[in-house]
Amino acid sequence: MTMAEAIRRFVPDGATVAMGTCLEPAIPFAAGHEMIRQGRRDLTLVGPISDALFDQLIGAGCVAAVRAAWVGNVSEGLGHCYRRATELGEPRPIRVYDYSNFSISLALWAAAWDAPYLPTRTLLGSDILRTNPELQVVDGVVRVPPLRPDVAVLHVQRSDAWGRAHLWGPLGISEEAGLAARSVVLCCEELVDPEITLSDPNRILLPETRVVAVVHEPGGCHPSPLQGHWRRDHAAYRAYAERSRTREGFRGWLEEWVLSVPDRRAYLERLEAEAVRVRVHRPSAPADYGDE
Amino acid sequence: MSASGSAPYTPQELMVAAAAREIRDGELVFVGMRLPILAYGVARNTHAPRARALYELGLMRDRAPEAFLATMGDPPNVVAALWATRMSNVMALMAQGQVDLGFIGGAEVDRFGNLNTSYIGDPARPRVKLPGSGGGADIAILSRRWITLMAHEPRRLVERVSYVTSPGHGDGTPGWRRRNGLPGGGPVAIVTTMAVLRFPPEGGEAYLDSVHPGHSVEEVRARTGWDLKVPDRVRSTPAPTAEELGWIRRLDPEGHWTRSP
Repeated sequence: MTMAEAIRRFVPDGATVAMGTCLEPAIPFAAGHEMIRQGRRDLTLVGPISDALFDQLIGAGCVAAVRAAWVGNVSEGLGHCYRRATELGEPRPIRVYDYSNFSISLALWAAAWDAPYLPTRTLLGSDILRTNPELQVVDGVVRVPPLRPDVAVLHVQRSDAWGRAHLWGPLGISEEAGLAARSVVLCCEELVDPEITLSDPNRILLPETRVVAVVHEPGGCHPSPLQGHWRRDHAAYRAYAERSRTREGFRGWLEEWVLSVPDRRAYLERLEAEAVRVRVHRPSAPADYGDE
Repeated sequence: MSASGSAPYTPQELMVAAAAREIRDGELVFVGMRLPILAYGVARNTHAPRARALYELGLMRDRAPEAFLATMGDPPNVVAALWATRMSNVMALMAQGQVDLGFIGGAEVDRFGNLNTSYIGDPARPRVKLPGSGGGADIAILSRRWITLMAHEPRRLVERVSYVTSPGHGDGTPGWRRRNGLPGGGPVAIVTTMAVLRFPPEGGEAYLDSVHPGHSVEEVRARTGWDLKVPDRVRSTPAPTAEELGWIRRLDPEGHWTRSP
């Protein structure tokens, strides 16, 4: 399926969307940019930390609410579009539901397990309990209610056409986001045969029954890194931070890198992305699933 | 550079060295972002060869990669990791009290070690929206002890933070953390560009422990947003050693985190 079709069919206006679930690596920028091109509105974004992608969607006016522990630009600092939206209501006001990394993971696990809440001691003494009234303290323990995204968009190293995805490196909150979400859109660096994915079932991230779309989108996570494929493009994050400092600068960035680009292939051609492609490969030893 | 402009190291390099010395050999360290990533690398290669590092996105390591890291998720940080896993697994170790030391960055800290990384002004219409907790609140509440690093400016070291993202010693009364159910021990030090502030073992209010070379007690007090407690004897922070500086510059060769702003 193409990215345009996957976003059109599975990320409607008003959807609650989990993205960036590995934290800094494997962020599905290509999917987010397609949401901007299609003019998506009133999204609720769910994530642990967001390294620039949420800032871009907020600046483009796609977002009504954010449920996250951190929104900014990890190597550069503040998210300028996030600031304009929360401080000035530009281009539109957004509602922020504060979490910490641990508590947003717990909220997704609660939904994954269909638990009414998960009890924890984290957040005791934090004003996050004041600005996110959904987090209640009962008998000295914080109750984290379930958080169920409509869709989780995950970028992985490889998948087959049936949605059996292999993801490696740190997983962040990808498993709980996928299990909590009503549906999963997979973006994969490589589209492979089932004989490859099924040769290592322990590495399959999520049940295929949850996956509604598989998009073969090489380079779809740029400028975030992907183990074995892409290094992090620090210069791209720096350039975005500088240009997004003003609303005019952000509009120029958005026009150049999102609105005037038809798809990810064209984006990569404009970028000359080969400079950040991983060149030193370190394959792991294969696991032996021998059975008789 | 120091006030004289002649120090052979930057304030950030001194902060990294001071933070590295807080890591004891054999400890499990919850490493945050920026300077603490370098501090772990320095400690591991000098006085703490058996210190292990945890990264919240789901990694455990027993050595720093020989590469610059702009984030904990850069691919070199995964190579030869002891464990690549999900976030909730590393949070499990911290919830169990297994994390000896955590590092948290902050925009604002107050005299009781409470950190604000969320909102300056009214949260409903903030004057400045900061990025938020990340894992900061979790580290502040669950790690056995923690340290924060920041530039020494009156707007950052404030009497009371307006929003407590990551709780320190609360209102400063004895036993505040225990009374409120916070399992970890709380902040033990604030490492700044001018000084090291510490907290008494039972918690409470920060006091001046050491002043960095090139700065004075009066200057530190003037740049602190509350009436800073100064004991009779204030040490001079030891300058980074040649070995420490060597590791800092190897791990941050272009000075991305440690050049003077």
